[in-house]
Amino acid sequence: MSTNLVESVIEGLKTWARVNSPWVIHFNSGSCNGCDIEILATITPRYDLERFGIKLQGSPRHADVLICTGPVTRQARERLIRIYEQMPEPKFVIAVGSCALSGGVFDGLYNVAGGIDQVLPVAAYVPGCPPRPEAIIDGVVKLLSSLQQPAPETAPAREQGATQPVYEGEAI
Amino acid sequence: MKQEPQKVITKKGERFIIPIGPQHPALKEPGHFEFAVDGETVTDATVRLGYVHRGIEKGVESRNWVQNLYMLERICGICSHTHAMTYCLGVEKLAAVEVPERAQVIRLIMAELERIHSHMLWLGVAAHEAGFDTLFMYTWRDRETVMDLLELLSGNRVNYSANLLGGVKFDISPEQADKIRQGLAFLAERNTHYLDVVMNDMLLLGRIRGVGVMTREQAEKLGAIGPTARASGVARDVRLDAPYGAYRTFKPKLILETAGDLEARFIVRLREIADSCRLINEALDNLPSGDLTVRMPRRIKEGETISRVEAPRGEAFYFIKSNGSDIPERIKVRTPTICNMGSVLALAKGHQLADMPMILVGIDPCFSCNDRMITLRRSDGEAETWSWGQLREYGIKAYQR
Repeated sequence: MSTNLVESVIEGLKTWARVNSPWVIHFNSGSCNGCDIEILATITPRYDLERFGIKLQGSPRHADVLICTGPVTRQARERLIRIYEQMPEPKFVIAVGSCALSGGVFDGLYNVAGGIDQVLPVAAYVPGCPPRPEAIIDGVVKLLSSLQQPAPETAPAREQGATQPVYEGEAI
Repeated sequence: MKQEPQKVITKKGERFIIPIGPQHPALKEPGHFEFAVDGETVTDATVRLGYVHRGIEKGVESRNWVQNLYMLERICGICSHTHAMTYCLGVEKLAAVEVPERAQVIRLIMAELERIHSHMLWLGVAAHEAGFDTLFMYTWRDRETVMDLLELLSGNRVNYSANLLGGVKFDISPEQADKIRQGLAFLAERNTHYLDVVMNDMLLLGRIRGVGVMTREQAEKLGAIGPTARASGVARDVRLDAPYGAYRTFKPKLILETAGDLEARFIVRLREIADSCRLINEALDNLPSGDLTVRMPRRIKEGETISRVEAPRGEAFYFIKSNGSDIPERIKVRTPTICNMGSVLALAKGHQLADMPMILVGIDPCFSCNDRMITLRRSDGEAETWSWGQLREYGIKAYQR
């Protein structure tokens, strides 16, 4: 009884800390820059993402949330996976922009592997080309509020081998 | 007895290399740099590009002329209008279509608004790299003014889709023109303040004055273009050298600095913002009346052409070849960053490692434009062009885990 109580209090504290100050890392895996400058715009005075306690962070080892932009190019793909693997658990991925969702206008180009969810498990999708800063903030806030709900019993998609080279031997 | 010479710890020819990227706090986009250092001094620099290579040039060969407009616009999210405009100018030249004057002037207004937004963005990022985050926040706050103007005209903040083949998509009403004038007046006033900060703030000057000096000879030899070249005294501006569209009527000022250091690049870009404000006001006052579009044929006449436009970072160059069908045969894109990248590597030598982000940001790099593939000779000595299947196979093999 008492150990359960301690555990639940600790869990509650962890969630509280996580939701109130998530650190975010941004990686561009083949984007046109449009989404990247909109993400940068969210930390500037008009939008001010930092009022939610969110900090744009340089190192993946300190980050809780990975914001991805752009389709995954074959050269950046390995890096994207490596950055994700360097992040401490629990970690969440937000795909920002049409290209990150599905490949967008670049879908089917020879060096494009598709959207972010072809490579990493994605927790939140923000559509738009590029999404407005308000939309990006909305996406982040929705992700944070979903963390306050009791965790769903589904394992991250990664366990099912999402990092396996999906494109290996794919028909050309 | 002869004494054995003492073992040297560092062998000659062995270098200490600091890798930076593709993910690094100082880089907003993926690119990989390797700096060989001796203590804190950089002795050699190499760059590996291609993380953003998507294969757009090959992709355009399987989409029709109209679809390509939207794909090419997304080569770069910062100078999206420039890319679409360069493409449109080329295709219109091939089809021998004359765009209405009003459309040409609206294109100019969009291009100059884009220049303002790009230069302000750069000023913020450059200030951030210098550790001057206050200036970064101020410029980005003021940049929202020009973003609002772009949104007011086009409905989107970044990829405006202003161009159509044969014209532009939207008109500028007198009310919108007034709003633009108001916004520009505010920006011009802020711009004088920023010029004052850049020229007089001792902390910023410590990071930029005399750093990364590129002489005029070096700039010409390294093929620098755009504001980077103009800061070294090279008089090179496509808007003046080979005027296109409405630039034949509305002349921008040539802004030159001779110092060639980072400070000169700040000043050139800030003065260009002021000049763009003037140019837009002039264009708004003399907006010709008339149609916005002319009819374009679905198939473009056989032939090839080049088209050049002064992007915010320098000259954007398109080679367009048509075989008479509704699909282009070849489109070659050359963007300014790849021309200026050589100057970064050359200037890096002899500087402190801490100056590297500043020297890199001094050319206003944009990796998404610049990552392309070059093949010189295929090993079997056969065809010089790669087919879609070959490229795809190569891409899959090269980046397999």
